Amino acid sequence: MDRAIAIDVSHLSKSYGSHVAVADISFQVYAGEIFGLLGPNGAGKSTTLRTLITLLTPSSGTATVLGLDTVRDADKVRHVIGYVPQERAIDRFLTGREHLELLAALYHLPKDEAAKRIGELLKLVELESHADRPAKTYSGGMKRKLDIACGLLPDPKILFLDEPTLGLDVQSRLRIWDYVRMLKARGMTVVMTTNYLDEADQLCDRLAIIDGGRIKTLGSPVELKVGLGGDIVSVTLKESAKIPALESALKGQPAIRAVRATDKGLDIRVESPEKALPAVLEAANRLNCGVEFIQYNRPRLDDVFIAHTGRRIEETTPSKME
Amino acid sequence: MKEYWQEISALTMRWVRRLSREKFSMLFTLVQPMLFWLIFFGNLFQRAADTQVTQAPNYISFLAAGVVVMTVLNNGLAGGVDLLFDKENGFLERLMSTPIHRTSVILSRFIFVMAITSLQVLVILGVAFLFGVRPATGLLGIAAILLIGMMFGVGLTAISMAMAFSVKSHGDFFSVLGFLSLPMIFLSSALVPLAAMPGWMSFLAKFNPMTWAIDAVRPLILSGWSEALPHVGMVIVVMVIFDALCLYGGAKAFRRAMG
Repeated sequence: MDRAIAIDVSHLSKSYGSHVAVADISFQVYAGEIFGLLGPNGAGKSTTLRTLITLLTPSSGTATVLGLDTVRDADKVRHVIGYVPQERAIDRFLTGREHLELLAALYHLPKDEAAKRIGELLKLVELESHADRPAKTYSGGMKRKLDIACGLLPDPKILFLDEPTLGLDVQSRLRIWDYVRMLKARGMTVVMTTNYLDEADQLCDRLAIIDGGRIKTLGSPVELKVGLGGDIVSVTLKESAKIPALESALKGQPAIRAVRATDKGLDIRVESPEKALPAVLEAANRLNCGVEFIQYNRPRLDDVFIAHTGRRIEETTPSKME
Repeated sequence: MKEYWQEISALTMRWVRRLSREKFSMLFTLVQPMLFWLIFFGNLFQRAADTQVTQAPNYISFLAAGVVVMTVLNNGLAGGVDLLFDKENGFLERLMSTPIHRTSVILSRFIFVMAITSLQVLVILGVAFLFGVRPATGLLGIAAILLIGMMFGVGLTAISMAMAFSVKSHGDFFSVLGFLSLPMIFLSSALVPLAAMPGWMSFLAKFNPMTWAIDAVRPLILSGWSEALPHVGMVIVVMVIFDALCLYGGAKAFRRAMG
């Protein structure tokens, strides 16, 4: 692919004393895509993100943002990025408008341009009617919208989102996804961390699965799923004694990629179910194996995650800090 | 330079706004306790305190200097609290991800804490005035008191910010704060002159920069320039050293937290 590269991370490592948070990771983010860093808490996603937004200095390796080094050209990098920290990076005593005015001053925007941009952003995130109320009166979803408006204030080339929908209700979540898609449509590059599989699956053009400070795999959600080796047909047999016979009969057949015995039957990886199913049923018939149940699954991102990390992602206990 | 100033004034305005919206908690946590010390403690010990020992016409006039410096102490030590909360909820990260000068946030905090402290010192001197305490050195003396307060406050605020950047949780921060504040007061000349203390306490109190500050502020209120000047000269030297140490430590903690 000869797409423009927005972010180039090369052999990046970050250690704290003897604790290695990120170990020799390399990846590229293309201009105009939504790139996801997916992993459980403590995997190293936030460390990676903080390095990219110049808040951490790598122990070794380099990262460049639009060709600018995050250490040497840190100040220039800060001019082209927007950052949305994890929820509640908000001053409860300031109003929504005051948040944006403060940031406008920090980006040194002239007064009239600041006022114009703040008006547009408040409209975009639907906070106009609440703009002059202190943020402590906002709901979780409204705080998140304000967070995003703050990240967009500098009109960044690249927007960084840290767990953008952590702890939000379903409706607010879908709304945030809409914003992110709209930003992409406007040509913005978006980099986000998440530990929600469905979020990564639905929102990201490409994603890197991070665990234990390393990138386990990287690609588009579709690529990653296909990369597992096709769809899965699960067969449950009436008699488990016949499992080995059917297993050996199916192994090596053209439409079938892999066969794995389970407690009650077989998990069969197939390239396309249309070709494989007749072969499976024909073999079962021939060997006189009674089929109790047959199920067909497309691989989900969960399967990709488990295949590459050997465990499930813990989605139930998201913690604030990583 | 113009941009630097724009950043600092916007950030300082934020602290002012917060304060103006936290009126009640500010009133109760910062202004009142100090006035209570002066009004209640001062009047309570009016007759218990021996004027031969305090070398002052009455206890309130003796205590005024102590309460002024106690205000500086408490404000300074609490000066990092808001940065601690900013650190914990990610607001600091948001600020530091913008192209501001790395020192702007800290400088805005110094300016704010110094301004508020000066204001409170003036209020305390005003209340003392109502109880008949007339600063012997006049307006110039009050200016000198403010200067001493600010010099002490800068170091204390730096300590507080260094702690805010270093601690793991705000629980730790407040434990250390509570642990520091009272001993600093008791082991100083705030409530009792050094000469009237048990030997070991007056020995320790001599190493407390607070004692030096009080010993300079007190003659400015009670005696006059001729007695105050040597103490003022001395405290300036002590505070320059104190501030240099605190700022050095603070800068180190800040750099470690931001790297």
